[in-house]
Amino acid sequence: MSEYVLNTPEDVAAMLDRIGAGSIDQLFANIPAHLRFQRMLNIPPALTEIELTQHMQVLANKNQSSTDAVCFLGGGAYDHFIPTVVDVIASRSENYTAYTPYQAEASQGTLQVIYEYQTLMAQLTGMDVANASLYEGGSAVSEAVLMALGITGRTGEVLIAESVHPEYRQILVTYVRNLKCTVRTLPTPEGYLNPDDVAEAVNDSTVAVIAQSPNFFGHLEEMKTIGEAARKVGAIFIDVFDPVSLGLLATPADHGADIAVGEGQGLGIPFGFGGPYLGILTCRNEYVRKIPGRLVGETTDRNGQRCWVLTLQTREQHIRREKATSNICTNQGLFALRAAVHLTALGPVGLKETAELCVRKAHYAAEQLCKVPGVAMKFDRPFFKEFTLSLPRNVNNLLVQLREQGYHAGLPTGRWYPDHADGLTVAVTEKRTKQEIDGLAGAVKYRLSGVRDTVLS
Amino acid sequence: MNNTQSTGLIFELSKSGRRCHRLPKCDVPNSARIDQMIPKEYLAKQVLPLPEIGEIDLIRHFTNLSARNMSIDTNFYPLGSCTMKYNPKRHERIAAFPGFANLHPLQDDDTIQGMLELLHSMQEYLAEISGLPAVSLQPAAGAQGELTALFVAAAYFRDKGETHRRKVLVPDSAHGTNPASAALAGFDTITIKSGANGLVDLDDLKSKLGADTAVFMITNPNTLGLFETQIQEITELLHAQGALVYLDGANMNAILGITRPGDFGADMQHYNVHKTFTGPHGGGGPGSGPIAVRDYLAKYLPAPIVVKEGDRFRLNYNMPQSIGRVRSFFGTIGILFRGYCYIRTLGPDGLKQVSEHAVLNANYLRARVSEGYEVPHAGPCMHEFVASARKLLREKKVRAMDVCKRLLDYGFHAPTVYFPMVVSEALMFEPTETESKETLDAFAEVMLKIANEDPEVLRTAPHTHIISRPDEVKAAKEPVLRWTKA
Repeated sequence: MSEYVLNTPEDVAAMLDRIGAGSIDQLFANIPAHLRFQRMLNIPPALTEIELTQHMQVLANKNQSSTDAVCFLGGGAYDHFIPTVVDVIASRSENYTAYTPYQAEASQGTLQVIYEYQTLMAQLTGMDVANASLYEGGSAVSEAVLMALGITGRTGEVLIAESVHPEYRQILVTYVRNLKCTVRTLPTPEGYLNPDDVAEAVNDSTVAVIAQSPNFFGHLEEMKTIGEAARKVGAIFIDVFDPVSLGLLATPADHGADIAVGEGQGLGIPFGFGGPYLGILTCRNEYVRKIPGRLVGETTDRNGQRCWVLTLQTREQHIRREKATSNICTNQGLFALRAAVHLTALGPVGLKETAELCVRKAHYAAEQLCKVPGVAMKFDRPFFKEFTLSLPRNVNNLLVQLREQGYHAGLPTGRWYPDHADGLTVAVTEKRTKQEIDGLAGAVKYRLSGVRDTVLS
Repeated sequence: MNNTQSTGLIFELSKSGRRCHRLPKCDVPNSARIDQMIPKEYLAKQVLPLPEIGEIDLIRHFTNLSARNMSIDTNFYPLGSCTMKYNPKRHERIAAFPGFANLHPLQDDDTIQGMLELLHSMQEYLAEISGLPAVSLQPAAGAQGELTALFVAAAYFRDKGETHRRKVLVPDSAHGTNPASAALAGFDTITIKSGANGLVDLDDLKSKLGADTAVFMITNPNTLGLFETQIQEITELLHAQGALVYLDGANMNAILGITRPGDFGADMQHYNVHKTFTGPHGGGGPGSGPIAVRDYLAKYLPAPIVVKEGDRFRLNYNMPQSIGRVRSFFGTIGILFRGYCYIRTLGPDGLKQVSEHAVLNANYLRARVSEGYEVPHAGPCMHEFVASARKLLREKKVRAMDVCKRLLDYGFHAPTVYFPMVVSEALMFEPTETESKETLDAFAEVMLKIANEDPEVLRTAPHTHIISRPDEVKAAKEPVLRWTKA
């Protein structure tokens, strides 16, 4: 018997006796005999903890992680430092083995943390309210569009900048495919969305306008002007942000956003090959009854004591069923907790200093890399911690060579933007040192020098 | 012990100048001002109003708050339909190996061969357990798995030129996510009645089934904890109409290695890896909702899928008929990862034993609880059962919720309450296989004791928690969803 089943043969006998069944098998009598599975599942035999640990170590050793090479990868997941306190709190099993706080009296810990998370997200973005979190940044964009459909009642176009994370755009196309609206991508050949193109594209049936800043190339968008163009025709302006950037950059509220969504990975969440992450969704007060997912609100108990509960549940699937604002059932509770602890640990000064270090190091890295002959900034636009270079030769081959030298040097922009096949998108966080940046620049220079090129590419 | 130290709102503990994290000095040349790198119009005008907290206050705050939760590790948590089984600790340590935790989601395939091997195996295990050969691990939770499968169905019918199939049939006992997902996928939802025996009413199904039916979403075992004995007849009816059958896999914990959805006629299903394969529920999430489908639906699955070529694993994005993406990057890896560890720990015998003992424990608890409560549907049940507190309501004006609140006083988490809606005063118990007979007996004794307690004590319960019952009406009427400075 496995360590996770406690019934001894004596227990089983006593339990069956009480039930009035002759065997465990009899308990499955309602499954028609011919539908019973006749063999054992074809999966590998059981492993002890020692064997499992060894097996998993073997698998882990087949990976080259961001700690095995210096990480300049971004594209929606960034190598920010995670203070130890985040891991310590998140690994308390009173947090991670609890579930959705349906029984408020026995879940005040979870509920208060979510309420604090909602407040922190509002403070961070300047927006009025936040929900209890969504799956991750990508589907959060789609949930924001579903909100916009509900708010406007329109059936026209959803306009999204080509510079928004390509995967977020793919998700959006999937999500609205069977609904009454269409997605139009506004081209960004210069690495940013020209607000004039937005003003030209919108009309009084436009559902929403979506732009991301910093965008996928790392560059800053003219969010305020884009937002004004959207709001002028009564479309919902959806602002996609990077929470870490808000230590320095103007907030979604400053941009005039109606709904602001973002990927929360940078707030204390390890890479983990892409998840679990954290979808942050915030909006103006007037849209609160259109918000998807869980919301925690303050109230009082029978003794007048302040406390917290899940609230406005009539929006949700378990009450409203097919008329719900979303089908979402879970929030990312444990990861909202991580973000709350992380932001609290950093505080306003720590977040600002983190953002400043990102800016300084990224600009230093861009400068050093652009000193390499043939390398240049691809777009002449301001950036935060990520930027896109133009390289003189095949980016994919170069990346393989740089990896052999110990660098995850960046993302090949052309993988998502075939028109930018010469592009390399590089992310630099507060963790990168001068030595690592100089090392990368040196390695790029070495690999791009003519002699090596003919030998290796 | 209710420790109230540092448990005010974190914002109320804030004091200017305190901090818990310091940053290193900038080691690159930094004589330039920030606004020389980023023009002023892009920069914030003011410092963010975030709290300023010292380290010990932060730790005490979040530690003492955590103690205000019931959790699997502290209390029996028989929350029906949620499969609150023990979460093995070994998974936590292994998940933290740098070779897994520090993998960036967009690394080159050559650098993530171990991760891809694991995910490829997971695809195969989930296919084998369901009897449905093609698996996508991408959906982030059960509800998103449902939605993804309905997108697949929509694409399938579009390709067949059968866009007139507008209807998705859903039993009245189904999870609320089913109709909500159907609406999001652009379908109209039609509700199918349950019969007095708690199973799908076949006549009602037949009367609503037609050439415009796209999908029947069925939960089996259903939310009453009953196996749909007519499942084969149901799936044959649907297939005869050219429609697809979707299995809501929330209750897979009852049938691992016992019967397979693909074998009883389901064409698509989702898994809740966080339930069946013990991903920690995290106070509400993350979940993980992979789907398995028949081979002719494989081409519609979200890309990428992990494929094996010789000894090498690769993410295959080249799926021209794919519905697209539903989530960024690959999926909820952390939960899939723990599910993999769990399946490998148990093996084929261990997995079957999970379902056998989950069903044994549920039937035992059902027998014990029925000593004092009505259990409206005939047994045996599967991994969970639904009792009703309507006798208490009739005789003592005590509601099912009062019973739940009183259970909290005795140190047990409450069952799921008022669901499914087809049973009045419903109490839905799912003990799971990881509980002992002693725990089940102790819980049953308390249930029976509560049935005989002073009604006023029950109506005012709980009495031993940090708060008494919250005013939910007030919370919804004038929502206060964030703290603001007084």
